[in-house]
Amino acid sequence: MTLAVGIAGIGLLGPGLMGWAPSAAVLAGAVPYEPAPLTPPAPTLLPATERRRTGPSVRLALAVATEAVQDSGLPPEELDTVFASSNGEGHVITSILEALHTPDGAISPTQFHNSVHNAAAGYWGIAVGSARPSVSLGGHDGVLGTGLLHAAAQAVVARRPVLFVAHDVPLPAPLDALRPTAASFALALVLVPEGGTHGRITLAQEDSAAEASDLPDGLAALHDANPVARALPLLAVLAGGRGGTVRLPMLEDTRLAVAVAA
Amino acid sequence: MLPLRLSAITATSAMGVGLVATRQALQARAGGLTRCDLPGMPEGIWIGRVRDAEAIEPPAPLAAFACRNTRLAELALRQDGFDAAVADAAARHGADRIAVVLGTSTSGIEETEQAWSRRGADGALPPYDFARTHDLHALPRYVRARLGLKGPCVSISTACTSGARAFLDAAMLIAAGLADAAVVGGADTLCRLTLHGFGSLELLAKGPTRPCAEDRDGISIGEAAAFALLERAGPGDQGALGLLGAGASSDGHHMSSPHPEGHGAVAAMRAALDSAGIGPEAIDYVNMHGTGTRTNDAMEDRAIARIFGDAVPCSSTKGWTGHTLGASGALEAAIAAICVEDGLVPGCLGIAAPDPAFTARIAVDNAVAPVARVLSNSFGFGGSNCALVIGRLA
Repeated sequence: MTLAVGIAGIGLLGPGLMGWAPSAAVLAGAVPYEPAPLTPPAPTLLPATERRRTGPSVRLALAVATEAVQDSGLPPEELDTVFASSNGEGHVITSILEALHTPDGAISPTQFHNSVHNAAAGYWGIAVGSARPSVSLGGHDGVLGTGLLHAAAQAVVARRPVLFVAHDVPLPAPLDALRPTAASFALALVLVPEGGTHGRITLAQEDSAAEASDLPDGLAALHDANPVARALPLLAVLAGGRGGTVRLPMLEDTRLAVAVAA
Repeated sequence: MLPLRLSAITATSAMGVGLVATRQALQARAGGLTRCDLPGMPEGIWIGRVRDAEAIEPPAPLAAFACRNTRLAELALRQDGFDAAVADAAARHGADRIAVVLGTSTSGIEETEQAWSRRGADGALPPYDFARTHDLHALPRYVRARLGLKGPCVSISTACTSGARAFLDAAMLIAAGLADAAVVGGADTLCRLTLHGFGSLELLAKGPTRPCAEDRDGISIGEAAAFALLERAGPGDQGALGLLGAGASSDGHHMSSPHPEGHGAVAAMRAALDSAGIGPEAIDYVNMHGTGTRTNDAMEDRAIARIFGDAVPCSSTKGWTGHTLGASGALEAAIAAICVEDGLVPGCLGIAAPDPAFTARIAVDNAVAPVARVLSNSFGFGGSNCALVIGRLA
């Protein structure tokens, strides 16, 4: 069983990868990768009161979503969305857990509604004024492959474009010891049932664990540092422009094969 | 959408462990809410606690998944012959053709809350299996492994629509050809984060929640696990229970307050009716999201009235179970199935008359009536809305 979709827009943020266009040469191996600290930008699409309430995970998601949608030229408020994150709003949840264990145990109502896994999706809907359906997925180390397959299936079934946003930031202490995530990383793809200015991909779930991919120096470490950065082999093939097949992790016994047309 | 057969259903909440107990409680109007006696929770509230789950352990090979959410899911999986029905389906379709799509808002975060209070002097947490407890994917991974399935594994977390979205998203995966059947549903358990969170918003009721009452004063939080087996409907399935339609929308308005006129709720209900290919007149009962807060019940009343006027009886069953958050959409899909099977319109529990300001037809007593199709609403933080149509397959 395979699914084919086109890619009409790409958004990317990671350490030293500030957007798709500036990063493509690095991903293609033509320019050396140089890691640089990443601070997710404040989301200018949101009103100031809402903007102040957003944390790093939401900001990262909104930044790549904005880039991908602008790249696609499609109206943002008309796109169904699939958000995927393994750590979700871990910063907010950690500060609530801290507050729950203080003597008075009081927590902030704003933090509580910001702790939901669909916070990024909610802020995106407010930012672009969208009433379109949106779903938010988890997926641990398989979050990228699981989310990509889900979003592609939705584009094919509904025959409309889908904005797929995968985003993860490191968990703060003390949870970071149990769930290490060493870097922030986010990717957004506008998936379309027909066409696709960045080419077409064919997806198939396979019964096997994912295998290691060849990546330029430095990118291999980033690949392992964040579950969404498992997209790097796919992004390298897309940037290379020669096509190829990569395999992304889903579960211990399952992976996603992604064939990029040449 | 292509109608799907609900080949098996199970539900466990404070109103009952399994469908037999759930049905009896609905018929007898016997709610499951009790005064909160869990430590470290807000004062003076009522909860929907499933005590029977607390002594349950997962099978030994899956012991690493042990946490409050896994225990509740495991208790539910043992009811109503659900695991046997899934095994039959796996034999028919192949284990790799059955997806697991489950919703949860907080997964096993209660395990982290317990660990937090045992932190060392340096603030470090004691060791526990974060990936198989706290992580959102723990729930579908557990259920998939427990049932021996090999298909797609999806965790959905859209706050209080998670359990309903699982039905919609599984139907989408089946339509895409990625699976022939799906185990869908949700599980969410009582934890300090959600109880204190709703407490901080001043949304917790002082007694058992009384949705749609004029003097309603908020939510009672409950816990639940509910699962269903969805399969493509065939020609021989006429009259069987099915998922007939599903629709979703976003408010794009505010993170925790619904649009006052309920635009998002109306859009989700209309999308569900369109997806089922029916008009409002084909619905015999609306199971409301009805959490018991001042503003949300009023918004939902207006939204329902815009589509149905006062023609269709509506009620919230959260007076029996409390608001089970990410499980509520799945639990209420199971309740909808009971209403269809029994020809039952359950009236809101614990209220004598609906809020006189409401214009939809709010049921406050149980009524026996033919129920061919139920519309079930779920709304959540982040402006997430989802509605399902459960009924007899045509």
